[in-house]
Amino acid sequence: MVKKQKIKAGIKDGLTAGFPIVFGYLPVAMAFGLLSRNTGISLKDSAMFSILVYAGASQFMAIDLIKSGLGAGNIILATFLLNLRHLMMSASLSIRIKEIKRKWLIFIAFGVTDETFSIISLGDKELTVPFLLTVNSLAYFSWVSGTVLGYLIGNILPAAIQSCLGIGLYAMFIALLMPEVKKSSATLAISLLAAMLYGVLDYFKVISSSSCIIAAIVIASFVGALIFRNTENEVKLLEGANLMQEDLLLQEDSHRRK
Amino acid sequence: MKNYLPLILGMMTVTYIPRLVPLITISRKPINPIVKRFLQYIPYSALSALVIRGILEATPDMRVATVSGICGAAICSYLKGGLILSVIIGIITAYLILQIHM
Repeated sequence: MVKKQKIKAGIKDGLTAGFPIVFGYLPVAMAFGLLSRNTGISLKDSAMFSILVYAGASQFMAIDLIKSGLGAGNIILATFLLNLRHLMMSASLSIRIKEIKRKWLIFIAFGVTDETFSIISLGDKELTVPFLLTVNSLAYFSWVSGTVLGYLIGNILPAAIQSCLGIGLYAMFIALLMPEVKKSSATLAISLLAAMLYGVLDYFKVISSSSCIIAAIVIASFVGALIFRNTENEVKLLEGANLMQEDLLLQEDSHRRK
Repeated sequence: MKNYLPLILGMMTVTYIPRLVPLITISRKPINPIVKRFLQYIPYSALSALVIRGILEATPDMRVATVSGICGAAICSYLKGGLILSVIIGIITAYLILQIHM
């Protein structure tokens, strides 16, 4: 009985936490379906992208690169580099869900996206299997159904709205970036560097657009990793200093009592 | 490219593996701090580069709307912090600018 109640609570929490993702995903997925259709990809293939790959930014990039005539190998490489970020997200999640059995992790891992990760890790809910699967399923089904919906009826929408749906993706990117930039000046510097690098590389057109993206990401992150060497240590030192101060205060306190 | 299945399966593999491996290995082996920071910074440089790319590759008639939409979302996200609200504000801003601009 207790177990059943826990499952119910997990699903309920998952629905509440995951609900905003539906609003974020539907317009962007519709934009993907529409873009995919306008690129001449069949409904079946467009749906397969969303069902099997299930990675928003990568799917848009893939369509873009297909349009510019890039081969499958290069698109897969670019996708891999773009998705390396999920490595860190999964790693940081893994510390919090140690008790979960491996068979569930296989499903949970598939649903790790920028948005589900942010919502799962920023919330204060206990990370149970029902909770995680509910959040992930909500996001997954809105992404897949949005894709099909966009493909089928996207053309009915007025042209101005059609063109604006795609901007939703960039709005989502910047909305994910802003809170991080606000928190850390290192992140701000790295983001600006990546943007500048992309701009410069793109301006000179020595390499293709997808290579520009990869080069900008790798160089900016690497330079950041070399320059902002002490950020973590500084935090640790500060924490250490605070602990020492508390210790001293406690000691003084006990002295006084004596 | 007519048959997209190989591409889709390839993309699926390189998307799924980074999501799965850390979750099932859950090792606490210390990774090189520089490698760790490099990986940690990738999301930010990726997001930033993707946004700039979106602006630079927008067609001339969409560029003003794209920039306005991104700015609208950025300001909303900076002040309020909500992901969904920011996306909606971004789309609405872009739409309104497009109406005025046209």
